[in-house]
Amino acid sequence: METFWFIAIALMLTTYVVLDGFDLGAGAILHRICKSNSERALVIEAIGPVWDGNEVWLVAAGGTLFFAFPRLYAASFSGFYLPLMMVLWLLMLRGIGIELRNHVHNEMWQSLWDFVFSLSSGLLVFMFGAALGNVIRGVQFDSQGQFFSPLWTNLRTSGNTGILDWYTILTGLVAVVSLTIHGAHYVAARSAGSVNLRAKRFASLAWWPLLAVTGASLAATLTVRPQIHENYQQKPWLFVFPVIVLVSLGLMRYFNNSQRPAAEWAAFLSSAAYLSGLLLGAAAALYPVLLPSNNDPTVGLTIYNARASEYGLRVGMMWWIVGIVLAIGYFIFLYRQVREKIRLEA
Amino acid sequence: MDALTLHRLQFAFTITYHYLFPQLTMGLALLIVILKTMYLRNGSERYNIASRFWAKIFGISFVFGVVTGIPMEFQFGTNWARFSSFAGGVIGQTLAMEGTFAFFLESAFLGLFLYGEKKLGRIGHWIAALMVFIGSWLSGYFIIATNAWMQFPVAYSVAENGAVHVSDFWGLLFNPWAFWQYLHNMGGALLTGAFAMAAVGAFYLLRDHASTYGRLYLRLGLVAAFSASVWQLFPTGDQHGQLLAKHQPVTLAAMEGHFRTETGAGIAIVGQPNVETMTLDNPLHVPGMLSFLTYRRWEAEVRGLDAFPRDTWPDNIALLYYCYHIMVGLGTMFIAVTSIAMLQLVRKKLESSRWLLWILMLSFPFPFIANTAGWLTAELGRQPWLAYGLLRTSEGSSLNVSSGNTLFSLLGFMGMYTVISILFVLLVWKEIGAREETHE
Repeated sequence: METFWFIAIALMLTTYVVLDGFDLGAGAILHRICKSNSERALVIEAIGPVWDGNEVWLVAAGGTLFFAFPRLYAASFSGFYLPLMMVLWLLMLRGIGIELRNHVHNEMWQSLWDFVFSLSSGLLVFMFGAALGNVIRGVQFDSQGQFFSPLWTNLRTSGNTGILDWYTILTGLVAVVSLTIHGAHYVAARSAGSVNLRAKRFASLAWWPLLAVTGASLAATLTVRPQIHENYQQKPWLFVFPVIVLVSLGLMRYFNNSQRPAAEWAAFLSSAAYLSGLLLGAAAALYPVLLPSNNDPTVGLTIYNARASEYGLRVGMMWWIVGIVLAIGYFIFLYRQVREKIRLEA
Repeated sequence: MDALTLHRLQFAFTITYHYLFPQLTMGLALLIVILKTMYLRNGSERYNIASRFWAKIFGISFVFGVVTGIPMEFQFGTNWARFSSFAGGVIGQTLAMEGTFAFFLESAFLGLFLYGEKKLGRIGHWIAALMVFIGSWLSGYFIIATNAWMQFPVAYSVAENGAVHVSDFWGLLFNPWAFWQYLHNMGGALLTGAFAMAAVGAFYLLRDHASTYGRLYLRLGLVAAFSASVWQLFPTGDQHGQLLAKHQPVTLAAMEGHFRTETGAGIAIVGQPNVETMTLDNPLHVPGMLSFLTYRRWEAEVRGLDAFPRDTWPDNIALLYYCYHIMVGLGTMFIAVTSIAMLQLVRKKLESSRWLLWILMLSFPFPFIANTAGWLTAELGRQPWLAYGLLRTSEGSSLNVSSGNTLFSLLGFMGMYTVISILFVLLVWKEIGAREETHE
């Protein structure tokens, strides 16, 4: 039962990253791919109807984490107190940035909120990447099973670690590069004209850095947490995730450079597959650990010592499946309404 | 200030601020569905234009509700880690269900409702509005079910490590406390939305005399506000009081400023509680009323605070007393104002009673205050418990988050919320202040 919830939460978080990832990524590169107020308005229009629904995946994943693994929720949210508060503030700025810009028809007002939206999106992307790095690297639990991470200490990955060290900065960069490409793919698929061209150019240029940071982060992960390959050795089928990452890296480039009409959405789906492969691959490596300890391997939080009661998990599964099927239905309906290209009016 | 006080202040501040928005959007969601239904039924374009106008106000408020709402869920883990470890196996259920059943529904259809009118067609757009309404009211239910468990813990079992787990799913979801609390709370939300609508209507009529939309908003808002005002007193407020008398008698005593046990107890209309001397200063009592309202007998004995051990008393009796009296006082005024206005409406003299339009226009802040005071009553009344009778508030906070770090985030929230308050007022003022032509 706890394995079911581990997979459920991993899938929800992956969905969150794939969906909210593209609007955050598009936000982060807003000023690179848009050269005028009306072009920025086009990008905002492309994400306006969907960003809020995308963000709900984070809230729903958080709620599910709370109910399935209460001890993890308690220990990690209080331990990562400072960065989480900043994430909350950035999420606020991002949301009001998108929504408020079009309520006043004034270029100064709009460029202010575009800037706020873009900056908060970029910082959020980096912080989410660093967050994943923290979970893989582990934290220093005390005897009560708690911890409190400072923002940074000495940038090393062992001993008294902070939120930021060389490894988590690297995973933050992976997030920045991959999600901005993912965002560019979305913008390319939803736009025409110069914004479309610049988005494709950006995705094409950023591909080489993506290749570099992906390789570097894989190597770094193996040094920071060598235990991660244990699961892969025991269950070789898990190698499907790294294979997905590699294949989708190639497909991304192929489709982004292709001229065929459906290729833009194919590129978007490739970067979605890349992100899914990366995140699910990391989750598969961690299983059954939820938050490892970087000092004493016996005190980390696992799905066994952090879980709720059997009855709660079982009854939760009933409603969760119903709820998720409904949610997937709404999202398919929603995205079918908003898939066509938006054109700048001349 | 110690860390516990700061954790409490931060949660109180962020949730009080957050709830200013959902009470408005939940109330407006119902009113928008009514407007859309009227449009569907008689086809008059003005109902659709009216619902579009309110959808704009709704949209702005909704964004502020969303961005200030996410911190609420997070703070269970960040600031109340011991409580989350203790009770996550129970309240995690209702909070997770809120995300899964309510937020997905609401957010997916809100995008369609706000941007998709042309594409969806008349019936499709009505369905989108209905879904947003259902989503937001469902979300309210799951939050109430969570709070009701903290007020009146049911359907749980205690594990070896001391944590509680849900033992009866339907029992948790249909906690008897949640039923009346929900109905009372949603009546409060409707009051806020309805008074806002009536106030805008009164404003347009005062400005433009014969405004079509002013008349529509005033009438719909007033009828809804009148119904909700009565609903808040009876049956929901009364039944909520009965629950308190039965399950939280010490809270009821503190709310009423009822220090000493007596038979034929009077109810205090005004007065200042003095906890040191256990008296109510400058009181104005209605004799026998507290006995009657609580037990339906004028001579019944009502236990005062002196009947309960001191360590079960709410820890801020004076504030609890004032919040409760503000809520009840305002509720009484709502009934009075809306009754007079209804009378004038029936006599077809409402639009010419400019003094009444002025009162209605200026009344819109008071439901916000009444709702806030009501929630403060519920939450201060729950003290000193986090989960009533199970876990004290002092045992629930995160020990690993220091007072300095908590103050950092509290100040951050205060700064952030100051900025967004200004933005909210600015934007709503702009929408309402626009001349009526923009309604077209």
